[in-house]
Amino acid sequence: MSGNETTLMKGNEAIAHAAIRCGCDGYFGYPITPQSEILETLAAEKPWETTGMVVLQAESELAAINMVYGGACTGKRVMTSSSSPGISLMQEGISYMAGAELPGLIVNVMRGGPGLGTIQPSQSDYFQSCKGGGHGDYRLIVLAPASVQEMADFTDLAFELSFRYRNPAMILADGIIGQMMEKLILPPFKPRRSEEQIIAECPWATTGRTAGRGPNIITSLELRPEEMEVINRRIQTKYKVIEEKEVRFESYLLDDAEYAIVAFGSAARIAKKSILAAREKGIRAGLLRPVTLWPFPSEEVRALSRRVKGILSLEINAGQMVEDIALAAQGRIPVRHFGRLGGIIPTPDEVVEVLESELVKS
Amino acid sequence: MDREYIIRHGRRVYGKPALMNDVPMHYCPGCSHGVVHKLICEAVEEMGMTEKTIAISPVGCAVFAYKYIDLDWQEAAHGRAPALACAVKRLWPDRLVFTYQGDGDLACIGTAETIHALSRADNIAIIFINNAIYGMTGGQMAPTTLYGMKTATCPSGRQTDLHGHPLRITELAAALEGTCYVTRQSVDTPAAINKAKKAILKAFGYSMQGRGASLVEIVSACSSGWKMSPEKANLWMREHMFSYFPPGDLKDTGREVQ
Repeated sequence: MSGNETTLMKGNEAIAHAAIRCGCDGYFGYPITPQSEILETLAAEKPWETTGMVVLQAESELAAINMVYGGACTGKRVMTSSSSPGISLMQEGISYMAGAELPGLIVNVMRGGPGLGTIQPSQSDYFQSCKGGGHGDYRLIVLAPASVQEMADFTDLAFELSFRYRNPAMILADGIIGQMMEKLILPPFKPRRSEEQIIAECPWATTGRTAGRGPNIITSLELRPEEMEVINRRIQTKYKVIEEKEVRFESYLLDDAEYAIVAFGSAARIAKKSILAAREKGIRAGLLRPVTLWPFPSEEVRALSRRVKGILSLEINAGQMVEDIALAAQGRIPVRHFGRLGGIIPTPDEVVEVLESELVKS
Repeated sequence: MDREYIIRHGRRVYGKPALMNDVPMHYCPGCSHGVVHKLICEAVEEMGMTEKTIAISPVGCAVFAYKYIDLDWQEAAHGRAPALACAVKRLWPDRLVFTYQGDGDLACIGTAETIHALSRADNIAIIFINNAIYGMTGGQMAPTTLYGMKTATCPSGRQTDLHGHPLRITELAAALEGTCYVTRQSVDTPAAINKAKKAILKAFGYSMQGRGASLVEIVSACSSGWKMSPEKANLWMREHMFSYFPPGDLKDTGREVQ
């Protein structure tokens, strides 16, 4: 697959191919369903023989994220992937990366929890991804793909954003997007950066203390409270900039909508079907699909809450994003949640039924 | 005879390495960390690797090692230094990559990362400071705390039925196929310091030759944690630590080849 022709593959495979093509320097991961194809595809593609990308199966998710941390310190484009229980194990390293202001990509192909849960799809890691997950005041840039094409496209985008802001980024997919096959066009090849380019672009990176500069030290430790507050405030200021500049979303049939569904990832695809079915019944519904879950499109939801009669948050979980929607809607209109749990995927018919009973008829 | 004269005429027998920063250390009197820091500085300088070294610091007393040694440093989470080092070395194969870890960091919370980095034959060197106690947090029991040794979390002394056995992780490391050089040293006498420096130089050298992973354990004194004077701590170390953690090379694939 050297050209840019349309091809057919799983979402997980698309991430692996996109990583090789976008100049990724290293992947470190540990097998877990439903995302093991990412490591398997990389192992089969052997990018170390072509682009020079390092691929390593770590001894645990804990080690994998710390390998990402170590590589990120040196200015390299490094990534890992896992699924929910594995991402829980990685939270320490993710917090350290956010604290040390390091770029890097973490892919979470969600499965149902809590605990060992199920290997079936879920979107129940919204809180974990968007509200912290690890300790301390930090945020991840969270991208939610809704197609195999977006799995590929967001790989490069996540790296770009994470380097622009020196902050870890996450692709928050679910078992459906990871496992389903769809046509896509893979991104064009971009060479890995040279040592000179990395040193020029990342003057903070630990590449070896060359003469003429002081040592580069990557740490999240600072024991003096007045200094630690300065660091925290600087990070929070950065988050404000990200909130202002990087909100991404998709609108679908919202122009004449009386009711809005807000949904991300695979739930947004179900929402689109539901909206068409609802419109056949005379209910003018539309979709707002947050593409960035953090920063969340709060302004768009706020604007929506001024012109629609109600919002349904469709999530494959027990109701997590609905809290951000309700916060933005500020009680102006009814905001309801619908979701299935345990790995069950809601059907469009169910969604229309809930839309009618919870919002249209009430 | 001024300083320049002595240096010019080759009469200088001792000096502070250029890589050693001129700042006060937070280490206690009698602590081994300062000496080992100096040996690392000398080794990196003598190898001409100052501009090509990436060092990984631990959580523990050496958490601020980056303040004292003038190199590029990455501060790892507790126990994770070998995972960082593994990635760094694979991404930058021409760099000298080493970790500096204590017994709690390496032999307790980071056991998995340590064993697997060594087993993968990552071309890194691990400098392991074993003083049989948690120094930074105030003298709690370590995986290497000796039988009967009193600490804040085993105030009646380490008991096998309660706390299990002191862990000889260096012996474990020597049994792994991925290690090329495994040694146990100390810095309690000038002669021991010279030997420890040679060991560090060998470990760093093997890393750059791509022979595999090295582990240099330094049996160390912790006068504060042990609640002894520096002098007594040094003597106690020789009397008690060396019998359970005997100094010497456990494995040297370079020597085996010769």
